[in-house]
Amino acid sequence: MPERVIGGFRKIGHRTIDGVWRMGVSTRFFLLTLMHSGICLRRPQLVIREIFSAGVLSLIIIIVSGLFVGMVLGLQGYETLQTYGSEEALGILVALSLVRELGPVVAALLFASRAGSAITAEIGLMKATEQIAAMEMMAVDPIARVVAPRFWGAVISMPLLAALFSAMGIFGGYLVGVVMIGVDDGAFWSQMQSAVDFREDILNGVIKSVVFGVAVTVVALFEGYDAPPTAEGVSRATTRTVVTSSLAILALDFVLTALMFRGV
Amino acid sequence: MSGNLVEIQGLHFAYGKRPILKGIDLSARKGQVVAIMGNSGCGKTTLFRLISGAVKATQGTLKVDGLNVGDLDQDGLYQLRRRMGVLFQFGALFTDMSVFDNVAFQMREHTDLPEAMIRDLVLMKLNAVGLRGAHDLMTSELSGGMARRVALARAIALDPMLILYDEPFAGLDPISLGVIGNLIRRLTDTLGLTSIVVTHDVQESLKMVDYVYFISEGMVEAQGTPAEIKASGLPFVHQFVHGEEDGPVLFHYPADPYPADLRLSHA
Amino acid sequence: MERTTLDLWVGLFVVAGIAALVFLAMKVGNIGTFDTAKTYSVTAKFGNIGGLKVRAPVKSAGVVVGRVGEIRFNTQAYQAEVVLNIGNQFKFPIDTGASIMTSGLLGEQYIALEAGAEEKMLAQGDVLKITQGAVVLENLIGQFLYNKADEPTTPAK
Repeated sequence: MPERVIGGFRKIGHRTIDGVWRMGVSTRFFLLTLMHSGICLRRPQLVIREIFSAGVLSLIIIIVSGLFVGMVLGLQGYETLQTYGSEEALGILVALSLVRELGPVVAALLFASRAGSAITAEIGLMKATEQIAAMEMMAVDPIARVVAPRFWGAVISMPLLAALFSAMGIFGGYLVGVVMIGVDDGAFWSQMQSAVDFREDILNGVIKSVVFGVAVTVVALFEGYDAPPTAEGVSRATTRTVVTSSLAILALDFVLTALMFRGV
Repeated sequence: MSGNLVEIQGLHFAYGKRPILKGIDLSARKGQVVAIMGNSGCGKTTLFRLISGAVKATQGTLKVDGLNVGDLDQDGLYQLRRRMGVLFQFGALFTDMSVFDNVAFQMREHTDLPEAMIRDLVLMKLNAVGLRGAHDLMTSELSGGMARRVALARAIALDPMLILYDEPFAGLDPISLGVIGNLIRRLTDTLGLTSIVVTHDVQESLKMVDYVYFISEGMVEAQGTPAEIKASGLPFVHQFVHGEEDGPVLFHYPADPYPADLRLSHA
Repeated sequence: MERTTLDLWVGLFVVAGIAALVFLAMKVGNIGTFDTAKTYSVTAKFGNIGGLKVRAPVKSAGVVVGRVGEIRFNTQAYQAEVVLNIGNQFKFPIDTGASIMTSGLLGEQYIALEAGAEEKMLAQGDVLKITQGAVVLENLIGQFLYNKADEPTTPAK
């Protein structure tokens, strides 16, 4: 029994040290990426390629999910609001939930599983097949040539995807609330406009999505770069990317929400 | 200068506490093809990583073109690597690019040549390995031997002074194997390069190299020209060249006596 | 992928993303109303502000003319001081009254301005003299019950 207890403590200790180590190394990795980002300005074509694979290829899932989330919000919101006789507030409910929370968070979660996992798998495989080592041997810094363009491509894509998600969601809410159920068209929009503030709600939502984009991308890039160069290593790293970045998104969302909307 | 492009003296290297290389002396003259042979896990690949500066020696000197590789900083190392070509075990071609872009990669990264000139240069390099017609294929469409040849074209893209080959013959059919062997010899002679081939394919490499080093247990066990090696009476070389199962290199991993392991002794 | 198609897709994506942001800003949010426009601020004192919040609308005749900028508590007078930011294009006489109203029975609270008749107009830093605090629902219900109890019971026919 005592051995098992000691063993348990040892495991906790090991996990803690490992976790702190990974955080330190990934922070260094992040700073290194920022330092080597000059190439992205000199050769924007590299970033454009990555915006394509991170942003454009995530469009379908973002647009479809946004539409459905908005439609569900419209239905559920209407059910609840009509009990209090304030169906006109449906626009406020849909817009605020999307712009403040669901847009940035759900878009980032989808982004983590669509683009984040792809980034990890791609870099992990490049490492496993010695492409990264080959690049180093050709005197090309892989952080500058491979990592930095992917970082900026994903970080640029994320807020755009989140905005598209929110816009599609509001459109979905409009379809269900106004077109299907018959909430007054004018009230839907005007109530929304009087309640949603540009700086407090929309800008804060954009800031959130940028922070989430950075978090997801750093996790994905680091896990790929750190993956053991085997098939199993890459698959584990891909799983870890999705899990870690999803948890990071939710934790960061709480922190950011507490900071941003405390005063209101 | 002695005409040696690569000069290694008393080189030691250890991963943590595990020694890999224990005092290697080795040199490669300009224009030579030098083979480094040994059984799997003897430290060939480590030696190769040391020459390219990927890891640093714990002891001893390693000079490439008169520069002490261990003393170079990141910039110096990158300067040196621009004059080196590396052929990785399975080619390590960039999978998201076409054959053309793979060969053009270094030219685009390191030079400001106009695209028209890059095109001519790439086609010349591909022509040298006989794959000019394959320039717009993706790397996933290539066979193993073709991928190795494209990787070779990529390695000579910037006309290096030294090319390192990591197991260039691994996993190839006999025809591709002969093609690669001949290419290494021909490119070395025509481009005035120096080639260091890390391999365990004895028969193929003895046909084309100028000098051979045998490495075992982290030390140079034997060395000489192919003729000397073939005539060598050393038991290790004999075992290696003829591919015998047992000899100085044991078939069995060190273990307790067989009966004891099966718990037969006290029965 | 061909470089031109790649550029095209990325271009479309970026334009769509920015269009979504503009849509959110213009159609969903309230940018362009008073955030960027120039305003002047006046102060009004209330006995009770109820549930009034910073950034609540200031309306006159039902039209939004400004927003609540700040809410303070005056420790001398034990009153709430509300700073109203009013758009420069809306001029009000100096004897304008401010009252806290509720949109709908349970809706958000806003400040309604009732224009006065003076020649002189309000300027930056002025204080509104005539104010009417928020109606507290509990008081209202209490008053109603009190009145109800006072009424004579329905006379028998």
